[in-house]
Amino acid sequence: MLTLKDMREGQEAVIARVGGNGALRRRLLEMGLRSGVRIRIEKYAPLRDPLELVINAMHVSLRVEEAAKIEVDPVGQ
Amino acid sequence: MSSAKHLTIALAGNPNSGKTTIFNAITGTRQKVGNWPGVTVEKKEGHVQRFGYELTIIDLPGTYSLTPFSIEEIVARDFVLDARPDVVIDIIDASNLERSLYLATQLREIDCKVLFALNMADLARSNGIRIDAAKLSELLDLPVVFTVGNRQEGIDELLQKAIDLAESGAPVPQKRRVRYSQDIEAAIASLRAFMESNADGSLPYNPRWTVIKLLEDDRIVRQRILAATGENGPKIIGEADRLRRQLADRYDDAPEIVMTDERYGFIAGIVREVLTPARRQRVDMSRAIDKVLTDRFLGFPIFVFFIWAMFQLTFSLGAYPMDWIGAGFEAVGGLIQHWMPESLLRDLLVDGVLAGVGSVAVFLPNILILFFCISLFEDTGYMARAAFLMDRIMHLVGLHGKSFIPMLMGFGCNVPAVMAARTLESEKDRILTVLVTPFMSCSARLPVYLVLAGTFFAQRAGTVIFGIYLLGIVMAMLSGRLFRKTLLPGADAPFVMELPPYRMPMFKSLMIHMWDRARMFIQKMGGVILVGAVIVWVLSSFPRQVDYRQDYGALREAAVTRWQEQIAAADSVRRPVLEMELSRELAELRRQQRTEQIAQSYMGRIGKTLEPLVAPMGIDWRGGVALLSGVVAKEIVVSTMGVLYAAEADSEDALGRALRAAGMTPLAGLAMMAFVLLYVPCLATVAAVRRETGNRWMVFSVVYSTGLAWLVAVAIYQGGRLLELS
Repeated sequence: MLTLKDMREGQEAVIARVGGNGALRRRLLEMGLRSGVRIRIEKYAPLRDPLELVINAMHVSLRVEEAAKIEVDPVGQ
Repeated sequence: MSSAKHLTIALAGNPNSGKTTIFNAITGTRQKVGNWPGVTVEKKEGHVQRFGYELTIIDLPGTYSLTPFSIEEIVARDFVLDARPDVVIDIIDASNLERSLYLATQLREIDCKVLFALNMADLARSNGIRIDAAKLSELLDLPVVFTVGNRQEGIDELLQKAIDLAESGAPVPQKRRVRYSQDIEAAIASLRAFMESNADGSLPYNPRWTVIKLLEDDRIVRQRILAATGENGPKIIGEADRLRRQLADRYDDAPEIVMTDERYGFIAGIVREVLTPARRQRVDMSRAIDKVLTDRFLGFPIFVFFIWAMFQLTFSLGAYPMDWIGAGFEAVGGLIQHWMPESLLRDLLVDGVLAGVGSVAVFLPNILILFFCISLFEDTGYMARAAFLMDRIMHLVGLHGKSFIPMLMGFGCNVPAVMAARTLESEKDRILTVLVTPFMSCSARLPVYLVLAGTFFAQRAGTVIFGIYLLGIVMAMLSGRLFRKTLLPGADAPFVMELPPYRMPMFKSLMIHMWDRARMFIQKMGGVILVGAVIVWVLSSFPRQVDYRQDYGALREAAVTRWQEQIAAADSVRRPVLEMELSRELAELRRQQRTEQIAQSYMGRIGKTLEPLVAPMGIDWRGGVALLSGVVAKEIVVSTMGVLYAAEADSEDALGRALRAAGMTPLAGLAMMAFVLLYVPCLATVAAVRRETGNRWMVFSVVYSTGLAWLVAVAIYQGGRLLELS
């Protein structure tokens, strides 16, 4: 299964499952990162970590290690 | 006291929802910034009189949710639960309806009267999003008011509706709230019945909400139920745990996760009905700006430029008013000296109070400018990008991207910087940041460097001072790593952070922001520093009775008679020259007397006792005393040295000459700068550290920083001597 961290800049995906421990997972869910939601990788920070993604109109940053806990289905290409 | 009826209105909302703008629009400058009791979250409160009512407006911390994971959320929730405001205004960010409604559903579950302020709908509309407010109001059964905070639009209507809602006797509508799926609703009903039959009416909160929180394993609600229900408490918690396990088996996931998901399901239904999404993607200004500011190649150079510009502005622009304030204090001192007869009180006022407070007051312009810049970064949204850029680096040394913000502010003043660590969600991250922030060289330490580096490194002073700043950063990073490995092990909090859209800052809110911070600094001046300056003065002025080596009174008289004879004999051309010679000799005698007096004062005695400790750094007892007085505030180091080395304050490099005359070497100067950089931050910072982290960490911070300062300074001095530098 692909995770968010395997995505390239500009790529879009649908969240399949949010993993991780309790607090992190809950926080992600509360910010709207839930399964079935479509996201786009906006960019990686200059040092390749963290990354920025767009969900609805909101821009959220996540560390790569956290992104690795979010399973996704890429959309398109 | 007016007889107007009093109402309390709380403002809730997501971070970046425009909540503060609405708060400012309602209260103007009539606001009071303080702390929520027992915690370190900023509490903003405003009092206004509108429509014949006395309104107290409370700005709750911005949160996404009301779970007990961060202090902000706990504070916001506790206020709604325990203080029971008459109305809660929930600021709904129109361009982020779904997430705003998540907080709203949680507010609805608590039994309180909620009103929506649909904010920034103008922005949403210009992005092609339309929201049907009437439908939203109908679906959730609550009043909805359109507002544009930064244009004062809708504020009157909002307050009017809030008052109407508070005064309406209508019970809080029970129908329009989240319905969970069948199994969860069954568990809620069963636990509620169990709880109510076991708790005989002593439940503090709305029962449905309490039960939902117990099923979500909310640690704070668990504790409160245990406390409120006495011996039946464990039974209720046991039943809740049993139902939780049952639900976890049924859904193959933790109940709180399932419930979060179902709340979003409920919200998705509402959003579908009220929101018409943008048909086409407009050009997104914010994205375009961000493309440049966080660009892979340009991001860091631009960031460094902003920081550089901020410091330039702070220190070069701030230098002008700094001179005026300094001159003002001197003028007042001169006036007092002129009009008051010579007395102990006069000395206390001029040498103690004015000199002490004046030496700090001159930094007010710097602090104002620095905080203006920081507010600008915050209000435009750039601060979040700074954290985004820096997280990788900060993470390497065991810190969090957000730690960068307090550390950056530390260059201005450690006190607000330590307070800024509140933005960190996890307690470990917060403590860690508070511990390393004082190593950021605050502006108060700069005068010490200016004197020492200016004296001993003339041409290379700039480079040396830059090196000292760098040393502070390196020490902070090394300490951060060390603490993360030993004292506060474990990963730092997840870096889930919203990058809010760039916004044009509002001048008024920048001013309010800046003033809040400046006020803290002024309070510090009026309190801690005033007391400290007086203590230093007392210690250096007493005992008054000193056995002088020479009889200065007689010497002065002798000088006067000697010169007077010559002056009387001289012609009118030579006379002024001779008179000047006389006053020079008198001044020199006064200087010698003052030096001797201080050497024998309590301060001098303390300094001599401390000499063995500071000698390895190449510092004599006078330097030791100066360092000791610097515990009160680093600015005092310079003024104490001025007094102890008996340099006349009128010339800039007089102190430098006095230092060299006293046998201080460049190496010792360097060691002293390093010590000043690293040792105990000022009393005000210690107080802030204590408030943010508690007594234990405060003691640790003081001992660690002073110990490290000593080691580094000794290493510099002794190491340098071994290498025969100096």
